Amino acid sequence: MTNLTVNLKEKIGFGALFLATMAVVVPVLCIIWLIVTRGWSAISWEFLFTMPRDGMRAGGIFPAIVGTFYLVLGSVAFSLPVGVMAAIYLNEYAKDNFLTRMINLAIINLSGVSSVVYGLFGLSLFVVFFRFGVSIISGSLTLGIMTLPVIITTTREALRAVPKPFREVSFSLGTTRWQTIRHAVLPFALPGILTGAILSIGRAAGETAPILFTVAAFYLPNLPNSPFDQAMALPYHLYIISTQIPNIRLDYRYGTALVLVGFVLIMNISAIVVRSKFRKKRW
Amino acid sequence: MVDKKLEIKGLNIRFEDVRALKDLSLDIYKNEILSVIGPSNSGKTTFLRALNRLNDLEDRIRMEGTILIDGRDIYGQMEPEELRKRVGMIFALPIPLPLSIYDNIAYGPRMSGLRERKRLDAVIEKSLNEAFLWDEVKDRLHSSALKLSGGQQQRLCIARTLALEPDIILFDEPCSGLDPISTSRVEDSMIELKKTKTIVLVTNNTKQAARVGTRTAFFLMGDLIEVDRTEKVFTAPADQRTNDYITGKFG
Repeated sequence: MTNLTVNLKEKIGFGALFLATMAVVVPVLCIIWLIVTRGWSAISWEFLFTMPRDGMRAGGIFPAIVGTFYLVLGSVAFSLPVGVMAAIYLNEYAKDNFLTRMINLAIINLSGVSSVVYGLFGLSLFVVFFRFGVSIISGSLTLGIMTLPVIITTTREALRAVPKPFREVSFSLGTTRWQTIRHAVLPFALPGILTGAILSIGRAAGETAPILFTVAAFYLPNLPNSPFDQAMALPYHLYIISTQIPNIRLDYRYGTALVLVGFVLIMNISAIVVRSKFRKKRW
Repeated sequence: MVDKKLEIKGLNIRFEDVRALKDLSLDIYKNEILSVIGPSNSGKTTFLRALNRLNDLEDRIRMEGTILIDGRDIYGQMEPEELRKRVGMIFALPIPLPLSIYDNIAYGPRMSGLRERKRLDAVIEKSLNEAFLWDEVKDRLHSSALKLSGGQQQRLCIARTLALEPDIILFDEPCSGLDPISTSRVEDSMIELKKTKTIVLVTNNTKQAARVGTRTAFFLMGDLIEVDRTEKVFTAPADQRTNDYITGKFG
C-alpha cells in the first residue's frame, strides 16, 4: 500500500516536472510555427533586399535589416570590451570590500531595470547631453549599456570557472598579475565570455524601447551613411507596421517578425560556431 | 653546510583568527634537501608558500617576521615576480596548463621575455633532461601535456620550474598522487637537483623524508618542534612528540 502511494507520488512529481518543461517548449514552438506559416509567403529577394514602397505596404525591409545589423554590431563593440574589462577587474583585482559589494548590487539591479528606462536614459545622456542626436551611435550605446550586466555576469562566471591552480602555477613561474590573467585565465574563459556575447546579441537585436527615442526612424528613404545618422530597425519597424499603418498585408508583418527571429538565430549560430572553435583549441 | 641560503626569523602567519605559524626561526643551507614533516594543519604548506610569497594572493593572510634569501629580504627588497623566478614551486597535484608539452615548459621563459626559437628549444631540452622526461616525450613535444600520465605530468611540472633556472625549489607533497615507481623517479630527480640547488620538501610521507632529506624539520600545530640531520631525527629524536609522529602513534 505504501509502495503504491510512493509510486503514485513519484509519478505525479515526474508529471509536474515534465509539464513545467513543456510549458517552456510549447510557446516557443507555437511562436515559431505561427511566424513561419504566416510569414513565409512574404519572404522573397525583393522583401529582404529592397527599400519599402507605397507607405511601407510594399517593397522590402532592407533598411530595417541593415539598421538592426549596425545596432547589434555597435552595441556589442561597446559592451563586450567594457563588460569583459569590468568583469576582469571585479573578479581578479578588486578586493572583497564594501565598494565591491555595492558594485555587485548595482550590476544585479541594472539587469532588472526595464528597457524603456534605458531608452529614456539614452535619450538624456547620449542624444541630448553628448549631442550625438538621434543616431546609430546613441542607439548602440544605449543598447550596449543595457546588455552590459549580461556580459559582466557571464564573463565573471567564466573567469570563476577557470581553476585556481592555473593562476597559482602561473604566478609561481614569476609572472605578473596581468600576464597570468592574459595567458593562464582568459584563454580558458573565452568560450564562456562568448556565451555572454551571444545572449547580448539576442537582446540588442530584439529590444524596441531602448531604440525608440535614441535611433529608430519611422521611415527613411536612404540607408544610413554614418554613425550619426538615424536608422530603421527591425523590432521598431514591426511595431510600426503592426500598429500605425492600416491595410497592410498580414504576411508583411509576420515576414518581418520571421526575419527578426532568423537574424538573431543566424548571429547566435555564428557565435556558437566561433565558440566551439575556441573550445577545441583549448586542449 | 655553512652557507645559509634562506634565513627565516620570527615568522608568524595568521589566517584570520587561526595562527598557522608561530614564531618560526629556521635556516636553510645551500645544496641541502630540507624535509618538512608533520600532521595536517601543522603549517607546513603555509610555511612553503611564504617562501615564494604565494600567500600574498590570499587577502586574509597576515604575516610578520623576515625571510632572507642570500641576505636579501624577500618581502622588503624583492618584487614577487623576481622572487618566484628564483624560488620555483612544485604543487601537490601535477597541474599542467592545457597546452602542449613544449608550451608548458616555455611558459615561464616566454613570460620573462625569451622569444627566440633556438634558445627556447635549448631551454626545453635541458629542462626536460634534468627532470628525466626528455627521452619519453622528445618525439611529441607539441602534443597536449594532458595526455601524459600522472608521474610524467609531475616531472613536466618540475621541468617547467627548472626552465627558469631557480636556485631554490619548493616541493609541496609532490608525490601524494603518484604510484611508487613515479615517486622514486621524482625522488631521483630531487637528489640530482640537490647538487646545484636548494630544496625544501613538504611531505606527508615520513619514509620519503627519511629517504631524501639532508635534514628534517618536524612541525606540529604551527610550531617547529625540532630540526636536525635526518638520521638523527629518525633514530634519536630530541622530542617525544617527534618520536610519536614518526613511529606512527598519531598523524
